[in-house]
Amino acid sequence: MGDWFEQNGALLGLALLDGIASAALIFMVAVGLNLVFGVLRVLNVAHGSLFAIGAYAAASIGLFFTSAGLPAWASLPALLLAAMIVGLVLGPLIERLLLRRIYSEEPVLQLLVTFALFMILEDAQKLVWGVQPVSFSAPVSLMGTVDVPFGADVIPYNTYQVILLPAIAVATLIGLALFLRRTLTGRVILAVTTDREAATAMGIDARKVYLLTFTFGAMLAALGGALSTPTASLVPGIGASTIVLSFAVVATAGLGQIEGAALTALMIGIGRSIAVTFQPELEVVVPYLIMVAVLLVRPQGLFGVVETRRV
Amino acid sequence: MPSSFQPTRRQALAAGFGSVLLPSALSAQAPAQRPSEIKIGVTTFLSGAPSVFGVPGRNAAEMLAEEINQSGGINGVPVRLFFVDEAPGIDHLVGEFRRLVQNERVDVMLASISSGSCLACTPLGEELRKVTLLWDCGTQRIFEERNYRYAFRTQANATPEILAPLLYLLKTKPDFRTIAVLNQDYAWGRDSWEIWKTAMDALKPGVRVVAELFPRFGATDFSAEVTRLLALRPDVILSTSWGGELDTFIRQAAERRLFERSTFVLPLAESSLERVGRSLPAGHIVGSRGDHWHQHPRPANPQALQRFVENYRRRYNAYPIYPTYHMAQAFSALRAAYAKAIAANGGNWPSDAQLAAAFPGLEFESPTSRMRIREDGQGLEPQLIGTTVHNDRFPFAVMDNMVVFPPEMVTTPAGQNSVNWLKTLTAEMVNRVPDPIRAG
Repeated sequence: MGDWFEQNGALLGLALLDGIASAALIFMVAVGLNLVFGVLRVLNVAHGSLFAIGAYAAASIGLFFTSAGLPAWASLPALLLAAMIVGLVLGPLIERLLLRRIYSEEPVLQLLVTFALFMILEDAQKLVWGVQPVSFSAPVSLMGTVDVPFGADVIPYNTYQVILLPAIAVATLIGLALFLRRTLTGRVILAVTTDREAATAMGIDARKVYLLTFTFGAMLAALGGALSTPTASLVPGIGASTIVLSFAVVATAGLGQIEGAALTALMIGIGRSIAVTFQPELEVVVPYLIMVAVLLVRPQGLFGVVETRRV
Repeated sequence: MPSSFQPTRRQALAAGFGSVLLPSALSAQAPAQRPSEIKIGVTTFLSGAPSVFGVPGRNAAEMLAEEINQSGGINGVPVRLFFVDEAPGIDHLVGEFRRLVQNERVDVMLASISSGSCLACTPLGEELRKVTLLWDCGTQRIFEERNYRYAFRTQANATPEILAPLLYLLKTKPDFRTIAVLNQDYAWGRDSWEIWKTAMDALKPGVRVVAELFPRFGATDFSAEVTRLLALRPDVILSTSWGGELDTFIRQAAERRLFERSTFVLPLAESSLERVGRSLPAGHIVGSRGDHWHQHPRPANPQALQRFVENYRRRYNAYPIYPTYHMAQAFSALRAAYAKAIAANGGNWPSDAQLAAAFPGLEFESPTSRMRIREDGQGLEPQLIGTTVHNDRFPFAVMDNMVVFPPEMVTTPAGQNSVNWLKTLTAEMVNRVPDPIRAG
């Protein structure tokens, strides 16, 4: 074992770095899904579409900024702007027109409705942006690379991926935790999450909380998409692959658990990059192996709480 | 619905079987009337990730059909297109294929982009006795595993498309000792690596494979893979990936200077060149699944190529990529086959069987060369491979030092299995690689 670490320690270090960068993006998407489920109790399949539309919108706004001759640093706020626009426009629209009508319905129906919405948004996305790959990599070029020592060699990493993305993810995690536990609005959201009926009986407007939470969740999904834009080419179908991974994170973390989502994203990100480095054929199944392993031991998820069935 | 006719079970069964079997059987045998239109069914990806090829293919089909109809149709008969999306899966595709043949009574089917789709559609076309032109799929298995009377391929297949870049590498950079592969984790990614590895072991034994990476189909991040390749420093990195995944891989590799450490071989990169711009550096090997290239150094008919490229660009604001050329080849073969079949039929309109009989040995023009369909149904298509350079004319990498491989050199001989044939290749084959042609 000691010999193995001596031989592969440096490689393991590189894998950890890749894993953290990957986990940051996974967390940004999964935390929104988890938050929405925690409060609304609706598993939103269309979360993947919000991710995709956020990504495409970031590319469009970024390319517009570039063509308008704005300085290169403007490409970074372009990502945030895209996420805000998508979240603030689509979030309230979806919650008011669609989700509000199905809160009291069976989970299967809720799943079908959000799946239908996912399909509609996928087609809308194709109508607007077409099917050819779209890309906008200015933020990555702007931030350049950092060289990480590797024996006598160096391995260049994108500063955007190994520094900015993890920093944003950590800031989101801390900000979200502080918001939920230290602000009145956050505590109201937690109250509705814990017991909607009791919270409503105490005068909390649950409908307003739902609208606010879903809009915020939509913004997080769109931000995840926007942050992925500088490193990926956008093609039809990115929403679908994202939502599958997000579900794995949410199920492993425990539905509604924000810190759990962060830890699970880290496990999956690092697990995948270690697989790529040492056993590439396992890379595809690693997220699901982690999910199965956790659920076998803790069916409620890593941070989930066993609930008494409500009658 | 009121009716006085109560059929017996036997009558009902007979009527049912008759309605299923008779139209296709009769349409293949019966002498044909000159139709008011030629109905062409086209299966292609209109959604999902492969629509990066499927939609340009559809675009080309619509443009070509319009051009044919404006010039009076095929032998005076206008064409009409019916599109089917391959994305929902094989069951849907097979059902739609059958519906187009039996209900819409299409005259010919053009199938498909996915090899899986072709493997499902080709036997069905044979069963329905309907001419089926394989216009884009890559699998070499179709004509190696079975004989068909109604199926023909109007392009090459995976074997020449992978063997040609390997020969180009052996000709231009023969000293490489290590290689890594990064392919998409599905049939094409795995099969193309098997073809490359088999041929490489025969032509240059002893090359060490330092990494075999197959990220999941649809992956949007290759950071961990790029790190691994940076650490391994292989002499050559092969990737037969395509679409958004290839674009992402090229960009992420370029940003982290992987192109400075290894020579890349990208057999499908012609379709990404315009999109990735100057991210793809000079000095790397790219292919085009045929000899399709808008700057082809020696096209058979330069005016025809220029016309095709300009028409497509005017209409769709992009350079045509290989599926558009493949679609043009299918249309060209169809026109040539109708002309040949009508001539062979004394000037009368051909039946399905007569039309099918026109394809073996058929010669037709592609936008870049003159092609032939072999007796086993396989198309013989040249392969163009080049090395990337940057110049002032284009805002993206273009090809230089291009080698146009004659199809007879790189295509598995009729009646042989590709993998077995590749094992028989010897290093002497590299000496027969044509000299590179400089870009004009």
